[in-house]
Amino acid sequence: MTLIQILIATVVFAVLAPVIGCFLAGLDRIISARMQGRVGPPLLQPYYDVRKLFEKEDAAVNTSERVYVVCALIFAVLSGGIFFGGGNLLLDVFTITLSSLFFIMAAYCTRSPYAEMGAARETIQVMSYEPMVLFMAVGFFLATGSFDVSAIAAAPGGPAIGKIILIFLGVLFILTIKLRKSPFDLSMSHHAHQEIVRGMTTEMSGPTLGLVEIMHWCETVLFLGWTGLFFLWGNPASWILALVVVALVFFAEIYIDNNFARVKWQFMLKSSWLVALLGGGINMAFLMLV
Amino acid sequence: MAFASKSPWVIHYDGSSCNGCDIEVLATLCPGFDGERFGVVNTGNPKHADIFLVTGSVNERNIEVVREIYNQMLEPKVVVACGICACTGGIFSDCYNVIGGVDQAIPVDVYAPGCAVRPETLIDAIVAGVEVLDQKSKALAEAKKGK
Amino acid sequence: MAFIGFLILFPLLAAVALFCVRNNEARNVIVVASAAVIAVASVIFVVSNLGAGFTPFEFSSEALDFVCTGISTAIVAIILAFSWKYKNVLAAVLACVQLVAVLALEFAFPLEIEVPYGLYFDSLSLLMTFIIGVVGSGICVYAIGYMEDFQTHQPEGEADRRPLFFGLMFLFLSAMFVIVFSNNMEWLFTGWEITTLCSFLLIGFTRTPEAITNAFRQIVMNLAGGIGFVVALYCCAFMVGTFSFYDFLVIGCQNPAIAAAAVTALAFAGITKAAQMPFHTWLLGAMVAPTPTSALLHSSTMVKAGVFLLVKLAPIFMVCPVPSLMVIMVGAITFLLCSFMAISQSNAKRVLAYSTIANLGLVTACAGVGSPEAVWAACFLILFHALAKSLLFLCVGTAEHHIGSRDIEDMDLLFERMPRLARFMMVGIMGMFIAPFGMLIAKWGALVSFAQADQVALILILGFGSAATFMFWAKWLGKLAGIAGQPENVELTVHKSEWASLLLMVVLLICGCVALPLISAVSVEPYIVSVFGVLGQDISTDNLWLAAICAAVVFIALFAGAGRSNSKQKKVPVYLAGVSRNDDTRAFQNALSGSSEAVTRNWYLEAVFGEKRIAPIGTVFNSVLMAAAFIMVLLGVGVM
Repeated sequence: MTLIQILIATVVFAVLAPVIGCFLAGLDRIISARMQGRVGPPLLQPYYDVRKLFEKEDAAVNTSERVYVVCALIFAVLSGGIFFGGGNLLLDVFTITLSSLFFIMAAYCTRSPYAEMGAARETIQVMSYEPMVLFMAVGFFLATGSFDVSAIAAAPGGPAIGKIILIFLGVLFILTIKLRKSPFDLSMSHHAHQEIVRGMTTEMSGPTLGLVEIMHWCETVLFLGWTGLFFLWGNPASWILALVVVALVFFAEIYIDNNFARVKWQFMLKSSWLVALLGGGINMAFLMLV
Repeated sequence: MAFASKSPWVIHYDGSSCNGCDIEVLATLCPGFDGERFGVVNTGNPKHADIFLVTGSVNERNIEVVREIYNQMLEPKVVVACGICACTGGIFSDCYNVIGGVDQAIPVDVYAPGCAVRPETLIDAIVAGVEVLDQKSKALAEAKKGK
Repeated sequence: MAFIGFLILFPLLAAVALFCVRNNEARNVIVVASAAVIAVASVIFVVSNLGAGFTPFEFSSEALDFVCTGISTAIVAIILAFSWKYKNVLAAVLACVQLVAVLALEFAFPLEIEVPYGLYFDSLSLLMTFIIGVVGSGICVYAIGYMEDFQTHQPEGEADRRPLFFGLMFLFLSAMFVIVFSNNMEWLFTGWEITTLCSFLLIGFTRTPEAITNAFRQIVMNLAGGIGFVVALYCCAFMVGTFSFYDFLVIGCQNPAIAAAAVTALAFAGITKAAQMPFHTWLLGAMVAPTPTSALLHSSTMVKAGVFLLVKLAPIFMVCPVPSLMVIMVGAITFLLCSFMAISQSNAKRVLAYSTIANLGLVTACAGVGSPEAVWAACFLILFHALAKSLLFLCVGTAEHHIGSRDIEDMDLLFERMPRLARFMMVGIMGMFIAPFGMLIAKWGALVSFAQADQVALILILGFGSAATFMFWAKWLGKLAGIAGQPENVELTVHKSEWASLLLMVVLLICGCVALPLISAVSVEPYIVSVFGVLGQDISTDNLWLAAICAAVVFIALFAGAGRSNSKQKKVPVYLAGVSRNDDTRAFQNALSGSSEAVTRNWYLEAVFGEKRIAPIGTVFNSVLMAAAFIMVLLGVGVM
């Protein structure tokens, strides 16, 4: 793993992730529509949406908002570069947290009551999923002896999932929060509007909102990459397995999204911490002590 | 190429409608008519919307709200008056507090009559509105270049 | 050695001078000059000895031992006088117990323990020297402007007691140098007691009833810790047979059984001073003092003495399970619960206090683990915590004087009311918890060391604690970031001395982040090699480079990006779901055509993370834990 490799991966990620993420978002909308008995939009609908947003008038509540959103996007892309460049998983996790922090600041700085409410909820969402994400990194370390994604993906003797299946299940649970899917889409929803209008993105309009959408595409690719990593090992065939699993996970998330009503933050915090404590704790204790 | 026509996000505001048209507006977005086929998404936020769907007439109380929502929408934007009350004031036009159709408050681009307005009419109106949106979008792009 | 003598004696001289000088201008000159001299001397000393291993100096003097005993007696006498004045029996009793024990140790037993090498330094001492000398004296400079505002806020006719204040600040620095350079544990103990007394006097400085109560709470807890230290001295004298700290560590590592009691007692002393639960209340109470005091106590002195002692003991913890487990659990529980409680606080200084205690808990837990990686992490936590926390305290102090409140809810719009200060504060907050800053790198080290030491409970605690940390810092950061209209800029009247030290802290923090690999190579790693003989797994340079890139983006965004005007962008009001009346006050037209204002408050989750709910858990748990550890050591269980 070298710095150059990661920087190149970052550039490649910056080009490819939005494309893949955009297709995934379109697929998500079509599958959701079919689940609801509708035809749904064309596959490229998310692309049209973002192109339209960039054509809109450039307006903002203040000049800082865009700066913070750009920072959030940069760190999300860098985080993707670190992951797909085979870098350190912990650094990857920390960088994506930095991205969330800037997104939260973007929402707070508008001083819109709805955006502030969304930002406050987002801090609780981050607090809910953060322990499990850390335990995921530690779990990989315990299973393969390295924090480096490149080493984890090339580990001899079977995929990490064999040793950290409980952690995988825990990650699946918090993935719903990270992908902003119902029932955990408290801070901002992809669907219609909610009691706090559109939460964090209420004040973001036109190009700024377009950047936010692109950031979500990148995040989706990154998070699905995390789930795929559980199934990779030294065997090249494992890539096919990982892709199949990622597809299944993606479908499961859409299914959950369409079948569960939004919950309150208390339930989200308690359930995700319980999952982290049990899934992460038992699995790590097992790896350390047995 | 203008993308505005491919992704018309709408905001729906109920002026002083009897709620008949509101039900039809929402029906347009539901599985039966599936407005999302054309990229239509119902946003609750004028800052995200391209098309302003107003139902019901404008009265002394809501005229400021209608204007405010219109002003908060970003260019390019299109207004569709949904139902006969929104077009002209309809059956309520003689009421003491009613000012008239939406065009008394803000410029309206497409009139979709009906009592209540039918979803098919609404889809037609949105498609017509989308063309106006495209023209405005092109004008805006040229204005940007001109600067 | 001349340098060590200078660093100890010069602040002492400055303190004496400041006690005597009544003239404001003269005092300011003395403070700035002395602070500059101390800082420069510290830096020269550190730089000229970079990477040094354990370097003892042959220095012992019978007379100095008596002086130390004399100082201890004087300290007790002062405490007794105050206890008499304010009728506090407990403090008096504890002080007497300590006095009797100290005098007995000196005179009643025919001990012939010589410590030929009275002074020493190693890389950890150098790190502490840097923190005390640079950060500590920076805070003293800051205090000039702060205390001037403080004095003007005092009622008419109130005596100007600033000579005492500044004298105590410099005395504090001198005592801290004694602690980090003394190899003779009796001298170390004297320095220890001077810091206790100084913080007692500084906390009670305003002499309000609240200040007096909190000062006594501090003195009671730290006297208890002091008695723990005396017990450790007895154990050293009778069981280990040396007062040399270095010899004690060496013997302790080779033969944990005979050192167990002394280590447990010393760990107890360190835990009280580092304000770990159940002793965290004294540090919370300490915030009634003027802000420079809080900054000094939290960042560079006092609590750092506690963790310094614990980190020094780390090699023994590695081979001595009972005290190790005690320290690990006390630290870890404190980290977790104090991070939780910080969520429920809206008083900025209280949030800072809880976060200090939590971070010290993490250092304590790392010291308890005692592996090379854990000590690496502990050293960095100490350094970056000192930098970020002093910056934050000073920012909050300045903000308090200019917006009239230390409540986070009142810091709304600070980004525009005090643009520079708000940005400094944001850097400080980010420095405390987020990548790419040093604190996070240190936490990273802690995580790696816990994973390698198979400490699953510690990993769980670190995970949940860090998540809570994100919550309370992020919402504060959000409050600061708010922008609306053009409120009046109120930072134009901030004193130059305050800006100077704030700038110093920001620059240090940024340099610390950028130069992290360098600091690790020349300062922390030599210490670890000299103590453990090996170096643990470190974080690769590539990752540190990536961290530096992130840091650059953050700083550019904060100082060059955010808040700049953009002529191409149309400025629009916020959406208030109806007719807006005033964008700056978020006023909208209500149902009766009047105006209502939208008001938002951050979440404090009182019902989940409230003090009343959380604090008793930690107090009971840690008390039982420590009692159990002492009983086990006394019975000799689990020591072998």
